[in-house]
Amino acid sequence: MSESVTALPQRSSRSGSGRGAAKAAPRSDRARADWRKRFEIAILAGPAIAIFLAFVIFPVFMAAYYGFFKWKGFGAPTNFVGFQNYVTIFTDQNFLDALAHNGFILVMSLVMQGPAAVAFALLLNQNIRGRSLIRVLIFVPYVISEVIVGTGWSLMLQYQGALNDLLHNLGLGFLASDWIADPNVAIWTLMVIISWKYIGFAVILMLAGMQGIPDELYEAAAIDGASYWQIQRWITLPLLGPTIRVWAFLSIIGSLQLFDLVYIIWGQYVASTAGTSTMATYMVREGRLAGNYGYGNAVAVVIFVISLVIALTYQRFVLRRDTAGALTEKSDRKAA
Amino acid sequence: MSQVALTARASTTRPRRRSRSGATWGSPTTYVIATVLIAVCVAPVLYIIIGGFRTNAQITVNPSGWPDPWVLKNYADVLASPLFWQQFGNSVISAAATTIGTVALALMASFVIARYDFAGRNALYSLFAAGLMFPLTVAITPLYLLIKNLGLTDNLLGIILPQIAFALPTTVIILVPFLAAIPKELEEAAAIDGASKIGFFFRMVLPLSLPGVITTGILAFVNAWNSYMLPLFILNNAAMYTLPLGVQSFSSEHSVDTAAVLAFTSLSMIPALLFFSIFERRIVGGLTGAVKG
Repeated sequence: MSESVTALPQRSSRSGSGRGAAKAAPRSDRARADWRKRFEIAILAGPAIAIFLAFVIFPVFMAAYYGFFKWKGFGAPTNFVGFQNYVTIFTDQNFLDALAHNGFILVMSLVMQGPAAVAFALLLNQNIRGRSLIRVLIFVPYVISEVIVGTGWSLMLQYQGALNDLLHNLGLGFLASDWIADPNVAIWTLMVIISWKYIGFAVILMLAGMQGIPDELYEAAAIDGASYWQIQRWITLPLLGPTIRVWAFLSIIGSLQLFDLVYIIWGQYVASTAGTSTMATYMVREGRLAGNYGYGNAVAVVIFVISLVIALTYQRFVLRRDTAGALTEKSDRKAA
Repeated sequence: MSQVALTARASTTRPRRRSRSGATWGSPTTYVIATVLIAVCVAPVLYIIIGGFRTNAQITVNPSGWPDPWVLKNYADVLASPLFWQQFGNSVISAAATTIGTVALALMASFVIARYDFAGRNALYSLFAAGLMFPLTVAITPLYLLIKNLGLTDNLLGIILPQIAFALPTTVIILVPFLAAIPKELEEAAAIDGASKIGFFFRMVLPLSLPGVITTGILAFVNAWNSYMLPLFILNNAAMYTLPLGVQSFSSEHSVDTAAVLAFTSLSMIPALLFFSIFERRIVGGLTGAVKG
């Protein structure tokens, strides 16, 4: 996915196929074929482009527009307030806390999930009996919805819930704690749930990346007498680099946009007191729920800009390594 | 089915893997780690499923206990509830329509990007790739206003259309390499046999890109099935809820009836789980193509 995210994969030959015949044909035929081609392109790509522009790109631009207004969402926005919404955002301690939580989640997700995902993928990439079953089971948390994860975990982690009861039964009662409400613990609880939920996806990506590594390399290393760990260290890890970097990219974006789990487990009001609020829960609480649509849109713009800056920086300095060879070619294709 | 696949795979890959894993990497260690890993992954899910077979009294007295006796009443109540089936049906419609719409539109657009030569080709690809930078979280507030203006709130179409739109970028990015990899010779042969480009699309491209189509279809289905934020904004009427919203409203309405909540929750996750476990192998296969680009 690494190359394809940043650059369009090329066909072996770009000379139009199926038009060799047209070249010999008379001029009018070729013009007709040209029109036919344009028509086909419009028919085939048109619907996707239209729906994509209407429901993805257009709303984001509307957010930028609405963000300059104080607006309750009824009628056309008229009360233009310039950058006041943005000033309010960056002076609101609740938003700054949420931003800090997002930062913490971003870093901890990379630290907690990355090494674990590589290790699990190495484990599952071996030929062991029952591998298919193990793989399906590992992906179970990824497949079930955030709502189910949130509902299940919050019941389990209640103070009178299953986990504390289990700890008491095991004689570890001193470890019991108020996992969800205690502000010192809550963000770590969130990190555990996030890791549990999304590690399956990381493992899928790593496995796919490992299966893309040519067998010949392993055979050559084995002939040279390399041990299992040497092979993993010097062949698998370096060749897995692009996959790891793409996963990290997706994880970073996901951390910045985190909403569902926090909103479901902590609700719209408890999140800030428990120290787990995120920019997105702040946006929904101060925007939609408070009825301040102008302000909510301004928060959306802030989230977008923060994500975009981090994503572009990451692409510039980290993902660039993966396309270094194709850099010259890439720059004249302008495919970003 | 998985047993057959398992043995087939084992027989083809064993010689290589054995030489690759040194003698020191004994199977027992692997299995211990794998078992712990699976236990951690599955325990919370089992807690939900098994908890649904207990009574509230059992749950209160012994929160981490086993059902004693097993009761079916919670599950029976949910299965007898018209609201559950209504919301189940909404989820099926939403997920199926999103999947079909996403795959159809993305396949057509990817075909254009991968197999047509024209000036805007790279720009078109970049447009969809840039879509990865425009997540739902950012767009949701204006999107809600847009849907409201279109009169599509409390309408499944109001979540299906945006779901398709937001699924397009990943789908296009995964499908383009698949379509680009179809040999040019096939296309020329089809042209010589008198097939138009469109005929080539239906006769050759569709069947050949099936692995990618299945992968992206599953991802679209599971994402739509689990979608939460969009329905939360768009759907306000319990009869129009999809299951995630249904689970949430059920659990806040019946917050004292923990057993019923657990039963409702576990029934709502079954379809996505089934769908995924049947096609799991395809997903890894499809992504392999995409990762290699």
